[in-house]
Amino acid sequence: MNFEEHAAKPLLAGRGIAVPRGGLAKTPDEAAEVAARIGAVVVKAQVPAGKRGKAGGIKLAATPDEARTHARALIGMEIAGHKVEKVLVEEQVLIERELYAAVLSDPVSKGPLVIFSTEGGMDIEEVAATAPDKLRFQPVDIRRGFPHADAETLVQSLGLGAAESKVADALARLYEAYAAFDAELLEINPLIVTRDGRVVALDCKFVMDDCGIVRQPDVARAGTPEKLTGLEARAEAAGLKYIDLEGDVGVLANGAGLTMTTMDVVRHHGGRPANFLEIGGEAYTQAKPALELLLSNPRIKSLVINFCGAFARTDVMTQGVIEAIEALQPRLPIFFSVHGTGDEEAIRMLKDRLGVTPLATMEDACKAAVEAAR
Amino acid sequence: MIVRGADRVLVMGITGKQGTFWTERMQAYGTQIVGGTHPKKAGATHCDVLVFATARDAMKGAGFDVAVLFIPPLMVKEAAMDAIEAGAKGLVVLTEHIPVQDVMYFMAAAKERDARILGPNTAGAVTPGECFAGFMPAFNVRIFKKGSIGVISRSGSLGTLLCLNIVQAGYGESAFVGIGGDSIIGTTTRDALVDLDTFPGTEAVVMVGEIGGSMEEEAADYARSMTKPVVAFIAGGAAPKGKKMGHAGAIVMGNKGTYASKRSALEAAGVTVLDTPSEVGAVLKARLGR
Repeated sequence: MNFEEHAAKPLLAGRGIAVPRGGLAKTPDEAAEVAARIGAVVVKAQVPAGKRGKAGGIKLAATPDEARTHARALIGMEIAGHKVEKVLVEEQVLIERELYAAVLSDPVSKGPLVIFSTEGGMDIEEVAATAPDKLRFQPVDIRRGFPHADAETLVQSLGLGAAESKVADALARLYEAYAAFDAELLEINPLIVTRDGRVVALDCKFVMDDCGIVRQPDVARAGTPEKLTGLEARAEAAGLKYIDLEGDVGVLANGAGLTMTTMDVVRHHGGRPANFLEIGGEAYTQAKPALELLLSNPRIKSLVINFCGAFARTDVMTQGVIEAIEALQPRLPIFFSVHGTGDEEAIRMLKDRLGVTPLATMEDACKAAVEAAR
Repeated sequence: MIVRGADRVLVMGITGKQGTFWTERMQAYGTQIVGGTHPKKAGATHCDVLVFATARDAMKGAGFDVAVLFIPPLMVKEAAMDAIEAGAKGLVVLTEHIPVQDVMYFMAAAKERDARILGPNTAGAVTPGECFAGFMPAFNVRIFKKGSIGVISRSGSLGTLLCLNIVQAGYGESAFVGIGGDSIIGTTTRDALVDLDTFPGTEAVVMVGEIGGSMEEEAADYARSMTKPVVAFIAGGAAPKGKKMGHAGAIVMGNKGTYASKRSALEAAGVTVLDTPSEVGAVLKARLGR
């Protein structure tokens, strides 16, 4: 789950990393009020996406009136597909130096990776390409953590002079926050050294591990849930993963890999999948609500149901599908392919209760569904 | 990691519904199940084997090589650490939705103790004619038959489909290695490819990947050095960008992990990439010459 800057910064502050004074505003007047309290401010659009500066989402304001004007322009604007609904109004800070600091869960080292650079304020990919000598990667053994001494060694290798100790302190605290909040990514860009020698997080990007939400509901509450369409939200409430696509061939399969492949094969034969909907893992018992959901999409002209049972038992899934079909009596053509755990029982049920025989292969079922949608 | 008939297997969480269902099937297939665990049911007999409180107790009481975990997400870290500290050679971690930091924790311990990990979020491993560990339909003769094709898959259901197609084409499998759909996993595609390259009786490898991450690209590097033919299918060519397709690992961000980048890396390494799973038989015939 992504966190907007205003939701992520208090988490840093709670772990002892300084952030600028400021306040959140949902209207231009609120922005002016915050500015009146603080003085010269930065007005920052709040969306769960990066590169806001380049998109024109960050403005300087010397007076409350200016803050109001900027907030008026920003609120309602669209950045990276997200509509801006609020702005963060923060004190302007005098910058001596811009640094970069991040901790992320790294699939290659299979552990946390601390990233630090003396070139802050730009994309880290750009630093990697243009100034790799100013960039440090430090894999961490999560059992041991990343104590202050390790942070100091890392920071010293890049030579920061008087600020070294304070920067190392912020870096060690950033790691603590990463570990404490089930972060997948926690990034401060830029981490600045101010002219009066303080170390301050000017921005913060926090992505929480979705699997950690269940044990940290209080942290997760401040996050920005993914924007879902009506059907996607209904699916989520039923514990299913549904993604709306633009086509007209409905797809129901078990397991993420098989579902993607069913979409691929529909596409390969010239059809357009209407959705991603998988009922794999523990959700394999949810075939009935899944099919009901699918059938409520008015764009669907035909349907392919592709089960390949390993953990997910095809007899249990088929039972659910049959119940949904009997209850809803859909008029559109449905094509089945059923193989794997429980398939003999599943095929018998389809024959007995729906008078349907599955096609020999998923390829056949997909082809038939594509034909029928034409 | 390939599980063999000689491996002694401990089922952690054996008394649960899924633990019981799949333990019975593993036993019927020939897997040597030597015990189970449940923290509160030590001393009981379940599925004809003794239940221990911990893997450490099981190691003392029965001895085992591989632990298969039927454990809920938030309890896996503790169970996996137990198995690793007990001295397990391998762990099959079936559970999906384990917090990533928990996964990294027991991965670090496993690396230190030289324990191999399959998963998390895997359907397990099958060595046809010998044994299986996890929840694959090994016992279905239209899907698994002893043969010469090694199969690697991130997805259990899609791996099952490819195995079905392989058997329909007249081949069989030497071993199936389900590596799991999470972004951080113990045995990577490349690791499994190395295992199968040296696994006796394997004449070709079928690699079933999907969009997201860079595992297929890394495996391509190794495939280039192989003399055995490698055939791949990559799922997710029709998936939209920026959406997690069910698997935590299956997400395309920017240009990383795209279908196109994987396909071109594999083809450059001499791997034949299938357009659809059903082509696998014809392609194997062409590559093996029979």
